[in-house]
Amino acid sequence: MKINKDVISKLARLSKLKFNDDESKLISNDLSKMLKFINQLNDLETKDIDPLIHMNEELNNWREDEIDDVLSQAEALTNSPVKDGTYFKLPKVLDKS
Amino acid sequence: MDIPESLEEIQKKIKNGECTLVQICKEYIQRINLSENNAFIEVFEEEALEKAQKIQSKISANNAGILAGMFIGIKDNICYKNHQVTASSKILNGFESKFSATAVKKILNEDGIIIGRLNCDEFAMGSSNEKSFYGPVKNPCDSKKVPGGSSGGSAAAIAEKLCTATLGSDTGGSVRQPASFCGVIGYKPTYGRVSRNGLIAYGSSFDQIGVFAKTVQDTNLISHVISGADKYDSTVATKETHKKDIQSLQKKIKIGIPEEYLNFDNLDLEIKNRLLNIVENLKSKGHEIELLKFPYIDYIVPTYYVLSTAEASSNLSRYDGAHFGFRSTEANDIESTYENTRSEGFGMEVKRRIMLGNFVLSSGYYDAYFTKAQKVRRMIADKTTQMLQNNDVLLFPTTPTTAFNIGEIKDPVTMYLQDIFTVHANIVGLPAISLPIGQHSNKMPFGVQLMTNKFKEEKLFEISQFMMETFYKK
Repeated sequence: MKINKDVISKLARLSKLKFNDDESKLISNDLSKMLKFINQLNDLETKDIDPLIHMNEELNNWREDEIDDVLSQAEALTNSPVKDGTYFKLPKVLDKS
Repeated sequence: MDIPESLEEIQKKIKNGECTLVQICKEYIQRINLSENNAFIEVFEEEALEKAQKIQSKISANNAGILAGMFIGIKDNICYKNHQVTASSKILNGFESKFSATAVKKILNEDGIIIGRLNCDEFAMGSSNEKSFYGPVKNPCDSKKVPGGSSGGSAAAIAEKLCTATLGSDTGGSVRQPASFCGVIGYKPTYGRVSRNGLIAYGSSFDQIGVFAKTVQDTNLISHVISGADKYDSTVATKETHKKDIQSLQKKIKIGIPEEYLNFDNLDLEIKNRLLNIVENLKSKGHEIELLKFPYIDYIVPTYYVLSTAEASSNLSRYDGAHFGFRSTEANDIESTYENTRSEGFGMEVKRRIMLGNFVLSSGYYDAYFTKAQKVRRMIADKTTQMLQNNDVLLFPTTPTTAFNIGEIKDPVTMYLQDIFTVHANIVGLPAISLPIGQHSNKMPFGVQLMTNKFKEEKLFEISQFMMETFYKK
């Protein structure tokens, strides 16, 4: 697997990130090194091994679905970058043109 | 004014009327304000003083909680209601938490005072605390050197005695590595021992809130307070927490040493010799030492970087400029809101890890990288369980070297290899502690690490206490 411009632009799209040419080169170089590094895992035979997915030993700690620690609408909006009265305000999502 | 290093001595001083909690609070605040190491991002001055007054009255009335007298700083990725928290990132600049982390609530319930928030690498990604929106933290032992990371501010604050204890978070060594570099105790609990509710997520199957302090007793006490079941974190264990007091060592201990760690190519020779010297001393006291084979040393850091970046890329997708935090001024439609906000808001290291995470999760590569790493994670876990079967603890270095210079390490992979001895505990979910029982001829401290089985915190603190009594030099 070689990291080229196409791979970087695909990953950037998936990551919702933008890079200028210099940054692209830098990230491409770094990702190549990182890939080489993680490719070492291929030395190990893992055919019959089950992946370890859950780190906690207990399964499903249930709780009642009760309302507590409620935030008021005003509190919930305090960290919004742009708001309009009681709404989060965002740039338009659909373009008419 | 002299403030003792342990809570027990602080409480004694207050009870004897030698000083008041308000005086101690003022002294800490003054030290923080005079410090030039950039450990604290913000001091909660007014409210700390107010609380000190109130808790002083409770102490006088004999109804104070068990942390009364303790001033605790929290890493800037742990939420405290109505206080700012930013993970040292521009993308959360100005963000104020609307709730407290469970660990913080538990500390407040026992009358601990939260004195301020501490600098760290952005989103806890780093091993040097150079990658913070607030600038690098300096190592109090030598200001040209890094304090380690990502909880560099939390470690430096204890080394400089700016508060009694601090909370950090440990995903791949972010508590133990800076503890080693700064010459303090750094402890990471068993995965699931402490609730992650209110800890800003990085790698959710690795993250644990950890503790920095000067004494094993204080580390144990805070761990006792913050551990335990929590309805807001479904991965937390419902098991009873460990005891408030440390038992004294009754039996000889059995210690396993992974040979590959001791013979690691880039391990500083003085650190190796100190370890050998500790081992000889323990043997002469009748403790049992067993050399063990750990064939996976080359695979632990790669496994960690596949899985932690995958988890990070998913966790950090919530920073989209829509509902909270920073939004780019170049946000004109939905795509540009996301892309510009994230591109301007995240630093380069965070972007690198999001990109790698999305690579290992993308179709065509998922099984080759992500599933593969999960399989290797199982192999490492099984082997480690086997190594601990006949041993109370495993003993090895915390870091391959002492603290390096600010700006010295530029290559990301070289930086990742700083975690070579610490990620093991995170991959398996085990509790581990770094004890400041090493002093290099270059005048910098270094730590020695103990790791044990899941939920054996009691044993870990018991042995740590014994190790500090035997090997710690002030």
